[in-house]
Amino acid sequence: MATTEATTNGTMPNDRHTIGISFGNSNNSIAIAVDDKAEVIANEDGDRQIPAILSYVEGEEYTGQQAKAQLIRNSKNTVAYFRDFLGQDFASIDPTHSHASAHPQEHESTVAFNIQDKADSETSTVTVSEVATRLFKRLAQSASDYSGKTVNSAVITIPTNFSDKQKAALITAANNADLEVLQLIHEPIAAVLAYDAKNEHSGSDKVVVVADLGGTRSDVAVVAARNGIYTILATAHDYEFAGTALDVVLQDHFAKEFIKWNTTDPREEARSMAKLKLESEATKKALSIGTNANFSVESLAEGADFSSTINRLRYEMIARKVFDGFSRLIEGAVKKADLDVLDIDEVILSGGTSHTPKIARNMQSLFPKATVLAPSTTPTAINPSELQARGAALQANLIQEYEAEDIEQSTHAAVTTVKHLTNAIGVLSADDVFTPIIAAETAVPARRTIHISAPAAGDVLIKIVEGGSHIKISTIEPKPKDEADSDDSDDDSDEEPEEQREKVWKVGTVLAEASIKGIKKCGKVEVMINVAADLAVTVTAREVGGKGGLRGNITAP
Amino acid sequence: MSKHTEVELTLPALPQGWEAEGNFKALGKVTKATERSIEPVGPHFLAHARRARHKRTFSEDDKIQAEKNVKKVEDDDSGEISEPEDPMMLSRDAKDWKAQDHYAVLGLSKYRYKATEEQIKRAHRKKVLRHHPDKKAAAGSTEDDGFFKCIQKATEVLLDPVKRRQFDSVDERAEVEPPSKKLAKGDKFYKLWAAVFKAEGRFSRTQPVPKFGDANSTQEVVEDFYNFFYTFDSWRSFEYQDEDVPDDNENRDQKRHVEKKNNNARKKKKTEDSARLRNLVDQAMAGDERIKKFRQEASAAKNKKKNDKEAAAKKAVEDAKAKKEADAQAAKDAEEKAKVDKEQGKKAKEAAKAAVKKNKRVLKGSVKDANYFADGAPDAKVIDAVLNDVEIVQGKIDPDEIAALAGKLNGLKVKDEVKAVWSEEVKRLIGAGKLKDGEVKTLV
Ligand SMILES: Nc1ncnc2c1ncn2[C@@H]1O[C@H](COP(=O)(O)OP(=O)(O)OP(=O)(O)O)[C@@H](O)[C@H]1O
Repeated sequence: MATTEATTNGTMPNDRHTIGISFGNSNNSIAIAVDDKAEVIANEDGDRQIPAILSYVEGEEYTGQQAKAQLIRNSKNTVAYFRDFLGQDFASIDPTHSHASAHPQEHESTVAFNIQDKADSETSTVTVSEVATRLFKRLAQSASDYSGKTVNSAVITIPTNFSDKQKAALITAANNADLEVLQLIHEPIAAVLAYDAKNEHSGSDKVVVVADLGGTRSDVAVVAARNGIYTILATAHDYEFAGTALDVVLQDHFAKEFIKWNTTDPREEARSMAKLKLESEATKKALSIGTNANFSVESLAEGADFSSTINRLRYEMIARKVFDGFSRLIEGAVKKADLDVLDIDEVILSGGTSHTPKIARNMQSLFPKATVLAPSTTPTAINPSELQARGAALQANLIQEYEAEDIEQSTHAAVTTVKHLTNAIGVLSADDVFTPIIAAETAVPARRTIHISAPAAGDVLIKIVEGGSHIKISTIEPKPKDEADSDDSDDDSDEEPEEQREKVWKVGTVLAEASIKGIKKCGKVEVMINVAADLAVTVTAREVGGKGGLRGNITAP
Repeated sequence: MSKHTEVELTLPALPQGWEAEGNFKALGKVTKATERSIEPVGPHFLAHARRARHKRTFSEDDKIQAEKNVKKVEDDDSGEISEPEDPMMLSRDAKDWKAQDHYAVLGLSKYRYKATEEQIKRAHRKKVLRHHPDKKAAAGSTEDDGFFKCIQKATEVLLDPVKRRQFDSVDERAEVEPPSKKLAKGDKFYKLWAAVFKAEGRFSRTQPVPKFGDANSTQEVVEDFYNFFYTFDSWRSFEYQDEDVPDDNENRDQKRHVEKKNNNARKKKKTEDSARLRNLVDQAMAGDERIKKFRQEASAAKNKKKNDKEAAAKKAVEDAKAKKEADAQAAKDAEEKAKVDKEQGKKAKEAAKAAVKKNKRVLKGSVKDANYFADGAPDAKVIDAVLNDVEIVQGKIDPDEIAALAGKLNGLKVKDEVKAVWSEEVKRLIGAGKLKDGEVKTLV
């Protein structure tokens, strides 16, 4: 993975007014951070999720929700779902989602749209880069209007699988909108940062799964967070199971309802289809909050109005395949990282689709040991649609005072390429149970300290060892059925032996032994482990409050 | 940074005699690490960058060098799934989707049931990139979107776990025909049949499926394999080949009829499939040299056992016979020896008897030679008394003493000399308490 380079258009750090931008295929968001607190900014329409759509009506430019409304009447002059086309040639783009708007065209070595963007002229060819620039300008304008200062720089989030060409194209598009790109940061990391900035215990060691469920794609990253240093262990990307697939489920459902009373299929006519689509999405969003939602469209097809309702249970049933697809994708990413679901401490649900309560519940049952951060499972959760922009704004706030050159050098591969521990390092108890002090996949150098309460007085041995975790599966035989209640006839499912999975430690290499003598009753032992960049280890140990202590070295392998 | 974690645990007591300089012993080394890319984001990274850079400036070369070692987390999207597209396939009609080879449509012919969900998704995307009608339209072609619909249908089936199993159940192209006897010879037997059962194994509810093995597989492995396939638990089902059920509401009877027919057909096919598999296993087993080998080995082992048993029995009989003979011989020898001993004893006894007789004659002769200790011709009374006393003494002493006494008397003719010997003897006997004083008067 290449580092995310920043380019400059000459702004000096002191003159910077910086924002964070989440630039998606479906939506964009902008955020500003002040004093470590990020805030997502609404545009002039009052929207914080701004549809990434550009539309022209008689030369007048519309973006956001207003442009989205144009998908019904003016789809030819409306550009939507284009972000992933940046930096790609025509052969490698997927035009599926642009089908109901201006179609992408091959233009020289890039992708363009033929739209009529001026009041009275023929259509012009607008490259995807230019489309992006126009949207960036509008976003910067909204931010400037909000802050009263001309916003001129940004940190922008990108998917983890963006190629160097895509990155370069994104930066060019932003630069052309007079935005200096301080840094491109990965979307899942922005989400983790948004949470960690809020969290007192951001320094803790944890494995986080970030599921970014958007409109046209779902991206999963498994992230090792070690004392605020983030390492992506595995990723998975999916263009089949995403928010749009849920819209399709509802489109099909309501189309069939409509056909029951009418003769035409609204999916067969472009304008009817556009209406069906927009209303299905609205119904879907409503189902994230309420247990019942309306679907109502004026003149859906054949000039007939249509309205209907659906409850959440029914929705969850008809959309089950998509929900299951999300679960498989996310579990697959964990497997790719060579981890087990039990290794996961936190699941961050990010992206608009993550508002869906059913998905959060599925995550709770998939990851029994993890905290699932989503609106429906955690009251303090951050709005999943805002995580990326917030994270970007926080990062922008952190680095805005640095010279572009300085940022480039700090994000250089030579700085970011770091050795990571293969195994955990910890101590052994009297009965040979391993307690980790430094987790596996911790970037070195690293230092961790633990305090061990020692109940008995006397001399103790501190054994420093490596530990690997694995999953122990034990089957619990079902209890023989009680004859007394055997008269309830369906004695099927509970016959199967139940499997119980737990994470257990396996003791590996013994690294060192140390002794501390004459510990007082109910005393405490402090052990500090310091792993250097070359994997040499320094161990210090002492009785807390006692005098003396020891220090030992383990040489690098 | 005074941050620490609190834990409660019992540390091991220091073993007796544990000693180390500075109370610390290094014993091992940390396992080799993986180079990974940390995310240049957040306040903790800034601190790391400050330390790592330490006023250094890195070059493009440093970057290339560093990136070379990093473990990749993003998969390479290009390549892998590329298969020429059959023009016949491209002109397919999606309406006939049941007859379409969904794997071939997505370019996954060689993967089939083995294709992962991720492969299917990627293959789909590749096909969309190429065949999306909007792209063709943009390129000025007005081709119909028939094949694109085939792609969508294939993806719909293959990304739905239930539908995919139904399709995989009847995916004949994944089947491997059993080899003919002529072909399956020697080592080829194992290769060909292994492929057959590997394909059959895809239907197993229990995974992983045991391998067919080769000529060197142990009996246990081979037996496990056949046991597994003789008790095969298959998820294979045949609803994919159902006749379409009319979905208009009017014709309920017809609908029920078709459903019933379908159900029966599924059951029948399922039964046939079980029989087919059983037959396949029979066939493989019949030609399996390993089974023959194990049988031969088993019967050889059995024969050996039998022979050993017979030999042992024979030997036992012979041993018993030999023993009996030896015993008889020994008994005979002992008997003979006893006989000899007895004979010899008899002779000795007779000799002793004879010696005693002879010595007795010497004793009697001695008194006669001494003229019965009388001066002049002894009268009968004297003779009687003397002989009587001689007999008394004789009766009191054993043959050896008789012999000794006879030895002393032998050759003596003189009256006093003879008398002295007898007198000494009588005194000895009185001394030994064998004679009473005065019991024999004539000899003193
Ligand atoms: N409250 C909600 N409940 C359910 N779905 C929602 C909700 N809000 C937004 N969505 C859905 O989220 C999707 C948009 O996600 P997001 O705003 O993260 O877009 P994005 O990052 O641009 O996605 P992508 O790049 O994948 O298209 C849309 O499908 C939208 O319908």
